[in-house]
Amino acid sequence: MSAEKKPVQATDNEVVVSGIAVGKTFADGTVIALDNTTFEIKRGSFVSLVGPSGCGKSTLLRLISGLITPSSGQISVHDTPVTSPRRDISMMFQKATLLEWRTSLENVLLPTEIAGTPTKADRNRAMDLLKLVGLGDFAFSFPAQLSGGMQQRVALARLLQTGADILLLDEPFGALDEFTRERLNTELMRIVAEVGATTIFVTHNISEAIFLADQVFVMTSRPGRVAKIIDVDLERPRPLSIQTSPEFNRLVEDVRVTLGAV
Amino acid sequence: MTDVAQSVQINSAAGANKSLRNRRLLTHAGIFLVLILMWEVASRAGWLDPLFYPRPSNILNSVWLIYVQNGNIWEHLFVTMSLVFMGFVGGSVLGIVLGSLVGLNGVLRRFLKPYVIVLEATPRIAVAPLLIAAFGFGVTSKIAIIVLVCFFAPFINTLSGVMNVNAEKLELFRSMGASKWQILRKLVFPDAIPIIMAGERLALTAALSGALVAEFIQRDQGIGSLILVYTRNLNMASSFACIFTLTIIGFLIFRGMELLDQYIAFWKHEAGRERVSAKRRRAMEG
Repeated sequence: MSAEKKPVQATDNEVVVSGIAVGKTFADGTVIALDNTTFEIKRGSFVSLVGPSGCGKSTLLRLISGLITPSSGQISVHDTPVTSPRRDISMMFQKATLLEWRTSLENVLLPTEIAGTPTKADRNRAMDLLKLVGLGDFAFSFPAQLSGGMQQRVALARLLQTGADILLLDEPFGALDEFTRERLNTELMRIVAEVGATTIFVTHNISEAIFLADQVFVMTSRPGRVAKIIDVDLERPRPLSIQTSPEFNRLVEDVRVTLGAV
Repeated sequence: MTDVAQSVQINSAAGANKSLRNRRLLTHAGIFLVLILMWEVASRAGWLDPLFYPRPSNILNSVWLIYVQNGNIWEHLFVTMSLVFMGFVGGSVLGIVLGSLVGLNGVLRRFLKPYVIVLEATPRIAVAPLLIAAFGFGVTSKIAIIVLVCFFAPFINTLSGVMNVNAEKLELFRSMGASKWQILRKLVFPDAIPIIMAGERLALTAALSGALVAEFIQRDQGIGSLILVYTRNLNMASSFACIFTLTIIGFLIFRGMELLDQYIAFWKHEAGRERVSAKRRRAMEG
């Protein structure tokens, strides 16, 4: 995996994604989706963006991805301003958005095909990733032959196929049932730790945000902004049961107060 | 991976379904035979005018005459089907190409929309005599009529297929930094295939009707002209035999397009998915 890409002298405090006074307005400036937001995200960290609908969390994610550009301020990735989608960033959405006419393997290979012609090594890597997400036996199945959870696993493998070191996930398991979501969250934590990627995860579920992250950006609406950044100092790996611990509940309380106080 | 367990239950139900289907088929066949018998009896008893409602036995006799004894239908059948094929291919290609161009080009679409609406509201077959005036009597004007009647379904379906691309998939492609051409080739066109195929199905049925109308107008050759000649001579049994031939052709067209759809838009059919899935596995594992 791309873990070996990390420089040996791992400058653990290196900032890979940053925003300075970032603002985004829609409808000719009448709707402020994101207001004057400044932040820094360090290499290899897991950041959750949590908040109610309309707080601009998806907007912030799309700004980082380069799908949209800021109305004011600047977002930088690896010290260069983001103006359009980049190859070192990979994105995953709430829906699996698999191509129905492609098998799981062919879906995972899509980003490689977009970037060039897949080699034998790329196919092997895609196969390994499908095994990593537990779908080794379903490499030749079509999306219609898979359950919702399995489709989202394929999307996860596709996310990792690019080898991008920055992963953006927009409520990736939000449409799944609670059990499947918890299982996939646990796997996601394991996999991104293994790959060593910087991960930005959008959710409206407070527990999920804390459980996964090193840092939680608590966002509030009207106008959308980052109200507070909360560090999560819980030890890893984290068992599901950690969600009943007093430290965890203190963090949940902290997020709730921030969301309610504004 | 408990998800696979569901398919097992479905398989065990398939056997029961099959016997149910067989029983239904038998019932249908029975009802059909009774109806034919009633027709024959009513005709012999003089309750039905034999001039307009020839007896089933007479029709059967005509089938024997035109297919075997005289064998004169084959030549006409060949002429009509050649027309259908050429007109269908011409109309389809024209429809898909123009549909893609108009669907993908906003400027073109804005200017062409009023004409498309006018064309859609006009019964295309009404233009047939004008086409004959333009191209003269002969094969060319017949094909032109068929192209005209079967152009529209592929055109409209291709148009809406390439226009209504899933917004989320489009965003996915954009986030991967895909070029316009890659988006077209890997997303827009494959995504539009099922709806284009639905248009093709309508087009082929329309092509058969178009060929008949063309042959009614220029009655020199083909099944259409044959029906016309038989009816003029009050040989209704032979006319009916021709019509039943067309029924069978229509049915074969329908089934043929269904099969074609299972090959081309395979991911929309369970059997198609399983077939291609197994094929891809074999190709990969060598």
